[in-house]
Amino acid sequence: MSPAPFFSTGRCMTPLIDIRGVSHAYQTKSGPLPVLDGLDLQVPQGAFCAVVGPSGCGKSTLTRLVAGLMKPDLGEVFLHGEKVTSPRKTVGMAFQNPVMLEWRSILENVMLPLEIVAPRMRRAEMVARAEHLLAMVGLAGFEAKRPSELSGGMRQRASLCRAIVHKPEVLIMDEPFGALDNFTREDLWQIMRDLRAAEPFTAVLITHDLRESVFLGDQVIVLSGRPARAQYVLDVDLPDDRSIDVLYEPKATNMLHVLRDQIRVAQGRDAGGH
Amino acid sequence: MSWKQIATPILAIIAFLALWEFIVWVNGWPTYVMAAPSDLPAAYERYWKLFFVMGWQTLWRTVAGLLIAVVFGTMLGMLMGFSKLARDALYPLLVGFNAIPKATLVPVLALLFIGQHDFNTVLMAFLISFFPIAVSVGIGLSTLEPEYRDILGALGASKFTIFRKIALPKTLPEFFGALKVSVTLAFIGTNLVEIISPHGKGLGALFQSGATNGDYPLMFAVLIALAFLGIVLYYAVVALERIFAGWAEREAH
Repeated sequence: MSPAPFFSTGRCMTPLIDIRGVSHAYQTKSGPLPVLDGLDLQVPQGAFCAVVGPSGCGKSTLTRLVAGLMKPDLGEVFLHGEKVTSPRKTVGMAFQNPVMLEWRSILENVMLPLEIVAPRMRRAEMVARAEHLLAMVGLAGFEAKRPSELSGGMRQRASLCRAIVHKPEVLIMDEPFGALDNFTREDLWQIMRDLRAAEPFTAVLITHDLRESVFLGDQVIVLSGRPARAQYVLDVDLPDDRSIDVLYEPKATNMLHVLRDQIRVAQGRDAGGH
Repeated sequence: MSWKQIATPILAIIAFLALWEFIVWVNGWPTYVMAAPSDLPAAYERYWKLFFVMGWQTLWRTVAGLLIAVVFGTMLGMLMGFSKLARDALYPLLVGFNAIPKATLVPVLALLFIGQHDFNTVLMAFLISFFPIAVSVGIGLSTLEPEYRDILGALGASKFTIFRKIALPKTLPEFFGALKVSVTLAFIGTNLVEIISPHGKGLGALFQSGATNGDYPLMFAVLIALAFLGIVLYYAVVALERIFAGWAEREAH
C-alpha cells in the first residue's frame, strides 16, 4: 500500500539528497573545532543510506544539516535540487532517545507531526493514520498507554511511527537503535525493513553498528575521523526483503570485513590490524 | 485514595496533639506559659465568628498574591529560560532579593503605600513567593533536551508552537513543585504584614490581639488555624497538580 502524500512534492531530479562540499566547525572555548571537511554525499530517491564512522566524527551534525536545523559554514545541502536553508515539512526525524512526550498517550505522540504538518486534517483521519502505523509495528492495543508504561523497544517503535506519520520524503535517524539490547535491535531492524516496504521513503541512518548498516542500507558511507569526509562508499547488493540470516552468509560477512577495515582506517589505524 | 491514605495523616496529627498535651501536662505549665490542645476549643467557641471573618481576609489576600506570583514568576521564568542574556543578568539580582528577610520590607511597604493594607499585604505575599516559580520555570525551559525541540523544529514549527506543545507541558511538574513551596511562602508573607504592621485584619491581627490581652489559648488557636489554612492551600495545589500534571506521577513500586 502506498497512499498519496499529505503534501505536494515536486519530483524532478535525482539524487534526492545531494550534499556538496560541506564543511562545518563548532566554536569552542579552545578555538574552532572542525567536524566536517568537504563532505560529499548523494542519496538517490528511495535509497536507504547508512552512515558509519568513528565516535564524534560529525555524524549527528550531518543529520541536523540535512534536516535544515543548522547551516554549514561552507558547501550546500540540496533536497530535490533545492537548497536546504530551513526545516521543511517533508522530513521525519528519530533519535537514540525516543523523545516521547510523557503527557500524551502513545497514539497522541504519533499524531504530533500531523498537528504541525497538516493542521486542517480531520482528527479521525489522524487517528486512523496513527493507528494504522502502530498496528504495523506491533503496537496495536497500546494506543491509549502512556509512554512510561512501555518498554524501551516499544517506545522506539512508536518513535519510528511518529517519524513517518506525515509521510516524509526523507527519514533521518540518529542511532535510533543504539540504546537497545541486541535482540530488540534485530526486531526493530526487521520492523524498519517492513515499514520501508509499505511506505517508501528515502532514509539516512546514522549508526555505530556495522551489521545494522549492512542489514538496512542500500549504501553504507564510511566517514573518516574528525573532521569528516566520505571515506568509503559500499553498495549493498542484497535483496530488499533480506532476513537477519543474510548477515551470516559470506556475501554479507565479506562486506562487514571491508567496513571493519575502513573504520580502522578512519580511526587512524592500519587496515587489517587488531 | 484509600482508607489508609486518609487515616495515616489523621492518626499522625492526633499523635502530635497528644504529645503536645502530654508535655504541657507533665511540666505543669499554666496557660500563660504554654497552652495545651485541650485549651483551644474554648477559644474557638468564643471567637468563631472572628476566625471566619479574619481567616477569609488572610486567605483571599494570600491567594491573590500567589496568583500574581504565578503570572509574574512564569513570565520571568520564560524570559530566563529562553534568553541566556536575561538569565545571566537576572540571577544574581533575584538571588539577592530572595535573600533579604522579607520582614524588613514590611515597614518599607507600609510607608510607600500608607494605609493601603490590602494592597500591601497582597504585594508582600507576591514578593515572597514568586522566586521559586521563576527559577523552576526558567530551569525547566533552559534544560529542555535539544531532541524535544528538534522533533517539531525539524518540521518547521514556530518557536511558539514548540513552547505550547512541548516546553510548557514538559515544565508543568517543576512548576507545580515550585507552587507547593510558593503557596506556603505567600501565606507567610500575608501573616508577616498582618503581625508586623497591625491594621486589624486577618488572622495575624487576631494573633496580635491575643498577645495584647495575654490570651495564650487564643494565640495558639490562631496558630492552629493558620496551619489548617496552610494545609488546605497546599492540598488545593496538589489537586491542581493531579489534574494538569498527573501524567508525571508514577505508580509506586
